[in-house]
Amino acid sequence: MVQKKNSIVIVDYGMGNLKNVQNAFKAIGHDSEISSDYKEIKNATHLVLPGVGGFKDAMKTLSGLNLVNPLKDHISMGKPFLGVCLGMQLLFESSEEFGHHEGLGILKGKVVRFDEGIVPLIPHIGWNNVRISRKIKAGENATEHNGVQRDSGRLAPFKGIKNGSFFYFLHSFYCVPSEDITVATCEYYHEFTACIKKGSIFACQFHPEKSHNAGLKMLYNFAFGTGEQI
Amino acid sequence: MLAKRIIPCLDIKGNEVVKGINFLEIHGAGDPLTLAKKYNDELADELMFLDITASHEKRKTLARLVRKLSEAIFIPFSVGGGISSLEDIRNLLNAGADKVSINTSAVISPGIIDSAAKRFGSSTIVVAIDAKKIGEKYLVFTHGGRNNSGKDAVEWAREAYDRGAGEILLTSMDRDGTKEGYEINLTSRVVKSVRIPVIASGGAKDAKDMEEVFVKADASAALAASIFHYGETGIKDVKKYLKSKGLHVRL
Repeated sequence: MVQKKNSIVIVDYGMGNLKNVQNAFKAIGHDSEISSDYKEIKNATHLVLPGVGGFKDAMKTLSGLNLVNPLKDHISMGKPFLGVCLGMQLLFESSEEFGHHEGLGILKGKVVRFDEGIVPLIPHIGWNNVRISRKIKAGENATEHNGVQRDSGRLAPFKGIKNGSFFYFLHSFYCVPSEDITVATCEYYHEFTACIKKGSIFACQFHPEKSHNAGLKMLYNFAFGTGEQI
Repeated sequence: MLAKRIIPCLDIKGNEVVKGINFLEIHGAGDPLTLAKKYNDELADELMFLDITASHEKRKTLARLVRKLSEAIFIPFSVGGGISSLEDIRNLLNAGADKVSINTSAVISPGIIDSAAKRFGSSTIVVAIDAKKIGEKYLVFTHGGRNNSGKDAVEWAREAYDRGAGEILLTSMDRDGTKEGYEINLTSRVVKSVRIPVIASGGAKDAKDMEEVFVKADASAALAASIFHYGETGIKDVKKYLKSKGLHVRL
């Protein structure tokens, strides 16, 4: 049974597998639309910015479609926003992918490539454990966590997901936030930010739509959540 | 820590999953969608679909099947077979494939690797290499294993990497379908020559063979077909075995 609780729009800017994200929402029982239409994006309660491909092209396309302001407006209104992979990276100030490129600048920090001197295999492809930050011990369920009020919003995306769960990664670049927004990390020769949460923005470097049950659970938490409780 | 991947491979002919021995005999193994869902549930890390007739019959890989797959499974999957243009790649990615695997067309016009990696990102481009030992060398065969390209497999893997391939799918034609275990020497040489993940393929009989290719050749992933299709080995059982041997797997 497909419900239409919230109005989820997957932003279409010509970068990769949008249909897969939509299929995953359908699988967890929530409707979603794929659109690049200004009005539909403006009216959405929940926005998803997915993406596979180059940072520079993505920014160019977002600007060309006049989508930069609607995205920023959505976020500044405190409406739920999910960034996936490239869609996470675009939120930051800049990327060093084939040169230096300006991002949306909604989050402080930059996007860098894995260092070939440290990491033998690039891209980072496959299933890796995601460690939920903030006083959560390995194996402990995020829902069991009895933390301070501020933490409940930060951990909402992980409700029902065991710490250390495997998620599917496929990337050569990763985000280095310069503000305290990392809520989960991953280890690939060194630790890096796997998820960030700031207010109603949640973003992950991995692909929840390709991460089997843990990923579907995460999309469920987003789809059925509101405000900061996504 | 990154897990070693177990990848069931589904060779598709028409609408059926088939499996050959040494690239020749073909036996039916089932409906691709049914098998894909089963593997998705059994914790396969990824699936590989190869349209084995596409290359020589000049057919395009079944975009319709890809669309159905992407509605039914929530793990990554790659599609290969008969891909010869950026248009083919775009169509498959748009239909829902996470990666495409290029074989013959990359050997014929290697520039497709550069342009595909640039346009769609390296991480979506797998270069598949079918290698056969001739004398002391491993040579690259194309067109479903029928034509000897004369290229050295290890050098070709290196070139594909230099041109922007995101992964190498390396099949030993000598071992394919024989259940004699992976070609460790070939796999090890290719792994050492590139800095991208190598998926070992051809010859798996059981979990022990997979352990061997992970430990001795340092492959990133092990691909197998017949042992899974005919229910001889379960994916979870393979992973439990590997875990017991100290390998990091998703369970």
